[in-house]
Amino acid sequence: MPLTPQEIEHIAKLARLDLTKDQKKRFRVQLEAILDYIEKLQDLDTEDIAPTTSILGGRRPLREDEPQSSLSKEDLFKNAPKHDDGQFKIPPVFES
Amino acid sequence: MSSFFELSLKGLQTGLRDSSFTSRELVTDALERIAKFEPHLHAFLYIESEPALRQADEADKRLASGDKQEFPLLGIPIAIKDVLTVEHMPATAGSKILEGFIPPYTATAVKRLQTAGAIVIGKTNTDEFAMGSSTENSAYGLTHNPWDKSRVPGGSSGGSAAAVAARLVPAALGTDTGGSVRQPASYCGVTGLKPTYGRVSRYGLIAFGSSLDCVGVFGRSAEDVAIIFEIMAGPDPSDATSSDTAVRTTKFEKQDLNGIRIGVPKEYFIEGMQAEVQEKIRAAISQLESLGAKIQDVSLAHTEYALPVYYILAPAEASANLARFDGMRYGPRVNANSLFEVFSKTRGEKFGSEVKRRIMLGTYALSAGYYDAYYGQAQKVRTLIKQDFETAFKEVDLIACPSTPRTAFEIGAHAGDPISMYLEDVFTLPASLAGVPGISFPAGFDELGLPIGMQLLAPEFREDLLLQTTHIYQQATEWHKQTPPTFDAEKI
Repeated sequence: MPLTPQEIEHIAKLARLDLTKDQKKRFRVQLEAILDYIEKLQDLDTEDIAPTTSILGGRRPLREDEPQSSLSKEDLFKNAPKHDDGQFKIPPVFES
Repeated sequence: MSSFFELSLKGLQTGLRDSSFTSRELVTDALERIAKFEPHLHAFLYIESEPALRQADEADKRLASGDKQEFPLLGIPIAIKDVLTVEHMPATAGSKILEGFIPPYTATAVKRLQTAGAIVIGKTNTDEFAMGSSTENSAYGLTHNPWDKSRVPGGSSGGSAAAVAARLVPAALGTDTGGSVRQPASYCGVTGLKPTYGRVSRYGLIAFGSSLDCVGVFGRSAEDVAIIFEIMAGPDPSDATSSDTAVRTTKFEKQDLNGIRIGVPKEYFIEGMQAEVQEKIRAAISQLESLGAKIQDVSLAHTEYALPVYYILAPAEASANLARFDGMRYGPRVNANSLFEVFSKTRGEKFGSEVKRRIMLGTYALSAGYYDAYYGQAQKVRTLIKQDFETAFKEVDLIACPSTPRTAFEIGAHAGDPISMYLEDVFTLPASLAGVPGISFPAGFDELGLPIGMQLLAPEFREDLLLQTTHIYQQATEWHKQTPPTFDAEKI
């Protein structure tokens, strides 16, 4: 399954991965090989087969929707790279 | 006392209870063994000495006061794979993207062991985000196999497997998404259980492939594994995928395998596998027969498709699960001009190669135009793999096969060739996709003295049958009692 350099760029952009030139080249070759290997799934006729969308079978545990205490704000912000006044600080979402 | 490491978990329980030794002596001994052998193994990413000794003293007080019935693991040191959170202990998942992360809560599986009295002595090495079969993908350095330092311990739970094999701890937790408990158990010559999907809570487990991830256990015997497993298992309100099916307690009284039907799938004895692995597993199957089991052939016809199915579904799920690592709420952030660049530079710099490769693969498989051909088709073939097991388990109680096609490989053997590495997991992937439980235990050694692992698979929620059968085999054999030469009594 050949992949174009543009496709690699596109996937990396979707995945939010900044890749070096060398990585793009290497991943292109490796992903092509993996996709070739995966290709053998197309040999199977699965027209009448239902997809496994959950491995739980019929089990669907439910619970009462009751408010419960959660982690403290202090705990939540302890690991944040930047926070201020009870909020995560991030770069602007909209460019001016 | 310098022979704690020779005792089983069960032996440690008894010794602590009848005051043959104290928890402080036991934990001190474990820390000393770790200090001595860690430089040769690198099984741990984090070791907690002082707090562990303090907990040991508390355990000793409780043991002395007779307050011990409800605490089956009171005073016993264990290790936890570093993809499960333990409050206040760093959790890295073997990745630079979680460097410095201190989780504010403890995973349910670990919490239950702590509530039973266990002392968490450290966090063990893992392939980054549990993606790998060798523990070479850890961003914090690789782990060595205790049987041969030039070889890998398997992965991704290689740190836990090596720590148990080298007798640094009596038991350790791992996780198994496609074989990450069973394969390292096989390479390191220990007993490793992957429970049924949903049997053990995953609250506090850093997610990789959510339709596959299971929390499992390493120990020196089925009996030891059962002790840990039965404490961890059961429903958890914090994990909606945990099952409320009653946990079956393993009965260890039975001495033979009379009435047990064991199926041997021909698809698990393939060209290219190590001849000695095939021989020893056939011999182990004969031994099960001589212990009373009825052996018959079964077919798991879609086995060869498990690897391609897995390498679509697991990366697809991983690409979604790992989207949360974006440098916003936790972990390091690489600064840049725009939000997009902060995301992509943080992820590009902090994720390792294998993780990036799988995110790329998963993103591709889920992207517009390819979804049906890859993800959709893989979900359908997963159904066929699941049906293979359902059909087989109508005829037999258990399936017996090798855990891996070969014994532990040399460090660097698969560098730069992801597919050859993925092939190390061909025998563990099908059960993961079907959601059924599996166990790996030592069944011999190859001519280099490397352990060979036998795998048993059971219908869902029949971990008791796996543990009981393994125990009966272990009562009749000595393989599981072998200690890697460097780590035996004389060298202490």
